[in-house]
Amino acid sequence: MSIDLHLSVTMAAYAGAGICIGIGAIGAAVGEGYTASEATLATSRRPELSGEIFKTMLVGQAISESSSIFTLVISLVLLFTKLPAVSIVSVVVPLAAGLCMGFGALGSGIGAGYPAAAACTGIARQPAMASRLNTNMIIGSAVCQTPSTFALVISFILLYSNFSGHPAAPTWAAILGAGLATGLAAIGPGLGSGLVAQAGCEGTARNPEQAKTATNTMLLGQAIAQTTAIYGLLVSFILIFRSFPPSDLLAPPMGLLAAGICVGVGAIGPGIGVAMAARSAVAWIPRNPTITNELIRTMLIGAAVAESTGIYSLVVSLVLIFVV
Amino acid sequence: MAIEGADLMKAAAFLGAGIAMGFGAIGPGVGEGITAAKACEAIGHNPREAGLITRTMLVGQAVAESTGIYSLVIALLLLFVV
Repeated sequence: MSIDLHLSVTMAAYAGAGICIGIGAIGAAVGEGYTASEATLATSRRPELSGEIFKTMLVGQAISESSSIFTLVISLVLLFTKLPAVSIVSVVVPLAAGLCMGFGALGSGIGAGYPAAAACTGIARQPAMASRLNTNMIIGSAVCQTPSTFALVISFILLYSNFSGHPAAPTWAAILGAGLATGLAAIGPGLGSGLVAQAGCEGTARNPEQAKTATNTMLLGQAIAQTTAIYGLLVSFILIFRSFPPSDLLAPPMGLLAAGICVGVGAIGPGIGVAMAARSAVAWIPRNPTITNELIRTMLIGAAVAESTGIYSLVVSLVLIFVV
Repeated sequence: MAIEGADLMKAAAFLGAGIAMGFGAIGPGVGEGITAAKACEAIGHNPREAGLITRTMLVGQAVAESTGIYSLVIALLLLFVV
């Protein structure tokens, strides 16, 4: 029984849409729930501040929601637009886009819940710093969302690129690998950046005089945590835009697919680990401002070591693409 | 051939709907559960403000529910519209 190509593309689009919204809905819901939980605790501590806490909770939840709005958009695009059907590559494209955005929204959604929760708790603790806490929350959550915007960009590039010039044989694996690379790589950094931002907001509430230092260290830590997501984005771009020679063997496609999985899954650990190092440093700077330099130095050394396996997976990924 | 084609499309649509709602139910479940747990703790700390705390909890849970609604919408679209 031969399956019509248009039919296969539609089937893949339905499956991709389901995966996209299914996995993508998890992150924002968990993050928003955590935010609401800390908001209720803060309200119980200081009921007279409930209005301010409520507002902060809603703003924080809205930022967390943005990544799942991206998944909803990609799902609706997959359901209702007519995708071109050229070769087996066209069948893989919707699946790759769905996986990319679905996983991409997972980490960012959960991560953005943490700074919002810390901002709500911080307002109960230090009401005078409410506007500063809101600002810190928005900055931290916004950085947290960048991996899911990477995933959105890659999903759109996958859906709207013209792959007809490329040979079907290894390109299907390159597309799937590209989707998995950015999608999986967004989990760790998204979650991790949220952990750092949580410490930033909590430190600002604990010691308002150190707000500036805490914020700067928070941004530094978040930037280091984001690097593995950028590795995933880089590998995705290489896999999408490099033209691979046609091949009938099994090894070249598997190599490209493995490259995507390698850099994607390999970004989870360093993303969270670097963020935990940065989180501790940011949490302790307001508690003991005199040792700020030692803390930042230790944070950088520790983060560099934690980053090492992320660099190994990038290297192996590039070797899989270019050397073997 | 035409019947087989429509059958396969329905199969893929059902699979997508199942994955969408199945996985999509995880998040709101966990998130709203955490909210409820902390709300109970909050009322334990401050029983007088139970009404305010419950209200905050319900609003927060409603926002967390939204992504579950998105999944439900996509699943229903896959089942009945496409």
